[in-house]
Amino acid sequence: MSKAVSALGGASHKGFAEVAEAGLRGMITVRGDLSSAAMKKAVKAAAGTAVPAARRIEIAGDKATAWMSPDELLVMVPYEAAQDTVAALEKALAGEHHLVADVSDARSVFTIQGAKAPEVLMKLCPVDFGTLAEGEIRRTRAAQVAAAFWKSGAEEFTLVSFRSVAGYVMGLLEVSSRAGGEIFPA
Amino acid sequence: MLTLECPYCGVKAEETELQAGGEAHLKRYGPGASDEEFEGYLFMRKNPKGVHFERWRHAYGCGKWFLAARCTATLEVFGTYPAQSTQPPVDLQAKIKAKRPNWEGYK
Amino acid sequence: MSTRLSKGGRLIDRSKPLSFTFNGRRMQGYAGDTLASALLGADQMLVGRSFKYHRPRGIIASGAEEPNALVGLGEGGKFEPNQRTTTTELFDGAVTASQNHWPSLEFDVGAINNKLGRFLPGGFYYKTFMYPRFAWKHVFEPIIRQSAGLGKAPTARDEDHYEYAYAFADVVVAGGGIAGLTAALAAAKAGKRVWLMEQTADWGGRAVVDAIEIDGKPAEDWVAETVAALSAMDNVTLRTRTMASGLFDHGYIMGYERVADHTPGDGRPRHRLWRIRAGHVITATGAIERSLSFAGNDIPGVMLASAVRDYVVNWAVSPGDRTVIVTNNDDAYRTALALLDAGLVVPTVIDARAEAKGALPEAVRARGVRVLAGHGIAKVKGGKRVTGVSVCIQEGEGAEIEAIACDAVAMSGGWSPVVHLWSHCGGKLIWDADRAMFRPDPNRPATGDDGAAMVTAVGSANGHLTADEVLTDAHKAAGGEGKAPAAAIEAEAPMMPVWIMPQGAGPALRMKMWLDPQNDVKVSDVQLAAREGYESVEHTKRYTTLGMATDQGKMSNINGLAILSDALHRPIPETGTTTFRPPYTPISIGAIAGEARGDIFQPLRRTPMHGWHETHGAHWEPVGLWRRPYCFLRTGEGVHDAVNREIRSVRNAVGLLDASTLGKIIVKGPDAGKFLDMLYTNMMSTLPVGKCRYGLMCSENGFLSDDGVVVRLSEDTWLCHTTTGGADRIHGWMEDWLQCEWWDWKVYTANVTEQYAQVAIAGPNARKLLEKLGGMDLSKEAIPFMEWREGTLGGFRARVHRISFSGELSFEVAVPASEGRAFWDALLAAGEEFGVAPYGTEAMHIMRAEKGFIMIGDETDGTVIPQDLNLQWAISKKKADYLGKRAQERSHMASPDRWKLVGLETLDGSVIPDGAYAVAEGVNANGQRNMQGRVTSTYYSPTLNKGIAMGLVKHGPDRMGEVIDFPVDDGKVVKARIVDPVFFDKDGEKQNV
Repeated sequence: MSKAVSALGGASHKGFAEVAEAGLRGMITVRGDLSSAAMKKAVKAAAGTAVPAARRIEIAGDKATAWMSPDELLVMVPYEAAQDTVAALEKALAGEHHLVADVSDARSVFTIQGAKAPEVLMKLCPVDFGTLAEGEIRRTRAAQVAAAFWKSGAEEFTLVSFRSVAGYVMGLLEVSSRAGGEIFPA
Repeated sequence: MLTLECPYCGVKAEETELQAGGEAHLKRYGPGASDEEFEGYLFMRKNPKGVHFERWRHAYGCGKWFLAARCTATLEVFGTYPAQSTQPPVDLQAKIKAKRPNWEGYK
Repeated sequence: MSTRLSKGGRLIDRSKPLSFTFNGRRMQGYAGDTLASALLGADQMLVGRSFKYHRPRGIIASGAEEPNALVGLGEGGKFEPNQRTTTTELFDGAVTASQNHWPSLEFDVGAINNKLGRFLPGGFYYKTFMYPRFAWKHVFEPIIRQSAGLGKAPTARDEDHYEYAYAFADVVVAGGGIAGLTAALAAAKAGKRVWLMEQTADWGGRAVVDAIEIDGKPAEDWVAETVAALSAMDNVTLRTRTMASGLFDHGYIMGYERVADHTPGDGRPRHRLWRIRAGHVITATGAIERSLSFAGNDIPGVMLASAVRDYVVNWAVSPGDRTVIVTNNDDAYRTALALLDAGLVVPTVIDARAEAKGALPEAVRARGVRVLAGHGIAKVKGGKRVTGVSVCIQEGEGAEIEAIACDAVAMSGGWSPVVHLWSHCGGKLIWDADRAMFRPDPNRPATGDDGAAMVTAVGSANGHLTADEVLTDAHKAAGGEGKAPAAAIEAEAPMMPVWIMPQGAGPALRMKMWLDPQNDVKVSDVQLAAREGYESVEHTKRYTTLGMATDQGKMSNINGLAILSDALHRPIPETGTTTFRPPYTPISIGAIAGEARGDIFQPLRRTPMHGWHETHGAHWEPVGLWRRPYCFLRTGEGVHDAVNREIRSVRNAVGLLDASTLGKIIVKGPDAGKFLDMLYTNMMSTLPVGKCRYGLMCSENGFLSDDGVVVRLSEDTWLCHTTTGGADRIHGWMEDWLQCEWWDWKVYTANVTEQYAQVAIAGPNARKLLEKLGGMDLSKEAIPFMEWREGTLGGFRARVHRISFSGELSFEVAVPASEGRAFWDALLAAGEEFGVAPYGTEAMHIMRAEKGFIMIGDETDGTVIPQDLNLQWAISKKKADYLGKRAQERSHMASPDRWKLVGLETLDGSVIPDGAYAVAEGVNANGQRNMQGRVTSTYYSPTLNKGIAMGLVKHGPDRMGEVIDFPVDDGKVVKARIVDPVFFDKDGEKQNV
């Protein structure tokens, strides 16, 4: 039995969209010079992606790399692979001024699925979904807490929050996806 | 509620995503500074009706501090620029001067 | 009598009757009715009582400007007071009740105020309740509270739910009349992202009621076609039942959508508050008709002419069989025609203008209706209902020329553009003397973040009162290509400003001319205010309460301004208007709260062990947004008992504290040591790898800001622990200095607070417990006090710190948060044989106080420097600089007279009240007793079996053994001796084993 559990144990709710806690995901904060050759190599090796441009997320299968700020990336890998990935990144960046921190257990991941998934987030985030680009990760707030999300499928968004507020975020998503709450009913 | 464009990530963020940090371009005075210098650094702040330079942090976004030139009377935003600036960019100063001919200029 | 007509009603569906109740009486209306039209259709003209005089009040208007017809709507968890019947759609089963009367609407005792009217003039409240002073609290306030407010506040929890939604558009158009539709279409055709909202359920505004022709079609058809065209465009969002409630900085416009007010119980959110960011805002908010000030203009049955027309045309409701029309403009003649078309009688049109020869008056004359030009109403006859009017010469003093029997009066004093949205964010107005109105000054609009105009007013909101002007204006303002839609209209003769009727009316009549029928403000009150020296319109408003009712004076504020200007002998524009503030009409508190209620009122931060605490008697203490167990209550145990038990178990066996909330920040880089030396008062760069050091952080003011244990993880990496409340703040503080001051220093930080669950295992059995889990050598030699090691404990990846906040042998162990709960469970299981018990924050606080450890927020309050707390040992003398150092050199900070930390022991062993002050001899310049100290922490110590306290006392450390006085409640004085703040295990033998 694994001792590691996500904050909400995979809770989900189905309203006009289906919202669910997606379970544990390996997440590693990487800070450094994003333009350096070492960084490019390290990220490619760790996540199989290029270093994303500003506000972009590069996805490669079950791994991804997201741009967090001009000197910060978030590398995402399967939860079990996090420690090895941290070690690999540390090794690849040795000699460079950098910081690698495992934050897998500090985060909660949610999915919002359905044709009207954006309407759930429209109620919570001051974000213009009309101009949100494909492959864009948006760091913002969901109601009263920090969140980041991106379009992870044709009818799916993935949202990341801090672990401690997972219950609050799930409450927000559940309330905002209640049947009857469609913003633009068909 | 204001909107300001973060110069680091290009997001036009609304005020709820930002943290205000007061006057920009303060010079720090530490040990060895005179009482007057230290008082000025710690307590004296401009409060102009008009052109003002401020610190803002894209707190709910990329987390970076940036600086904004803004009119406190009309809330017009002349521009935003990185926090790693010891004074407003020259082209921004020129832009402000063009829009506010009576502005006394930066410092 | 008001009644439902047998034919017509463009908005009602007679095949769908709806039943509702008013004051318990069962009534019937139709789908499409508003509550107001349904009440009128059921002959319920009397719907409430006024605020001050409790005068009978009827429906005056048909929209947002209605001042009178407010009811309590719903019951229990759906009850809401002050619902405006003219803007509330009828639904089946609606339960409504009139307000502000006792015992009944028909017979109201409070109406005695009406008889006392001349004793209750403007400013009555201010004049009367001044003296004697004691009477305010014991007589006036209770009486006013009893009689204040219209509706009653709900007592049950709101059953409905509410939400926000964010939207973005290039152009937001407020108002779905022909101006708004035209503007929206023009902007949409230009490729703009357009948002169009209309506050009512229907598009078209006045034009469809007045049945004008647009582009050769009936307005209704033109509106339907335009709406269909807009609906078909991807770049357009259309919202009915959505009011633009306010405009704010940088094009931020609030939309109040009443999603399910008309379909209660269907599961949808009741209201949705739209927070829209607009590139540009077009206000097409129309105009509101003004009342006329004649005596008795508040008697039920006196209505706005446009409203009468609306009721007849939209809802097939006749306000009366015989309706006298009184006007100063041509538009009101449309009401006469509408009434005649419906087969009703218009005995006379009374027109204040010297002549009435426009197309509309002629059309009315042609239908055989008498038009009395140059006349006015001297007074309206009737009590709870109009019975007739007394006609006079407008130029005269009000002598009755003839009496006309009627049961309704339709009045029109001209139109006021709805300039609220335009004005909310600083748009200015100009006085248009020809049309006697304030309208938006196109040269002084509210400006946006680019410094350019962010609002444009179009149509009648911009002062254009005829359909052809409205369409042209809206089309042009929205950048429309080609020709604007064109309307066929009758030419209208100019209106004539009429501020009182007749113009020479004496005091007796002026005392019966209502300006604000909800708040009972009359022409005479405003004139009195002017005589008493109130020159500013803002002051007059507050003195008389003109326009301060729930309708905010939409219908008649201009009349009041004109009266005030006249009384002050100055032109209206010099008097100006009062300030227009959002919301345009009241919006629900629920909508403002949005989703933030109940469990998600605010974020609750939970540690990985939160769920265990919850099921094991946690008595919670909020700490920031976290909730930490104050103590764990066992069956039958009180809080005090639980805390004492927990302390004893730590002191004698072993306890577990969930310390996961402590901030944890990684600081890494070649310059990290230098950076931390600036941040902390003590030296962190010299801390050897593997060791821990307690550190203090100060603000640039020198005041102590946070503390915590710093851990040297590797050559270039430190881990800084902060207080629970300080984690985000200190991380932000670090980033601030790194980004804005020392941006050339090579340092990265990462806030990993939530990555780890952290548990303090404290007590004599702590080592035994952890050794049972196994995996690491935890001997004194392997991990000495103030050192840390990484390894595996019971299969958990763990970082073990030997630090102690309790004074006991203590290990603080960090494991990945996802494994935190399992680790906690493992500790409890392994610790059973060692008497393990979890302990809460209060036990932690008491134990640290027994040891004389300070607590940020108790010993510090933002005015305390480390030196005050005798923490000189944690301030490096070697460093040239650290944040706060220069401030601590300021004369006041370096003064030997500062209050300093000491322990306090009461002579009788009791616990001193928290925050108690110690008095000194003499009094200060204000005659207040001098003070010499205060209590910062105070507890009952179960270890020492007596009260212990810490406090800041002037020259305290030099006064050991001295007894000082702490006056407390009821004149009692607690005597306490100044002692060493370390009460327990002074040599630290217990923690260092």
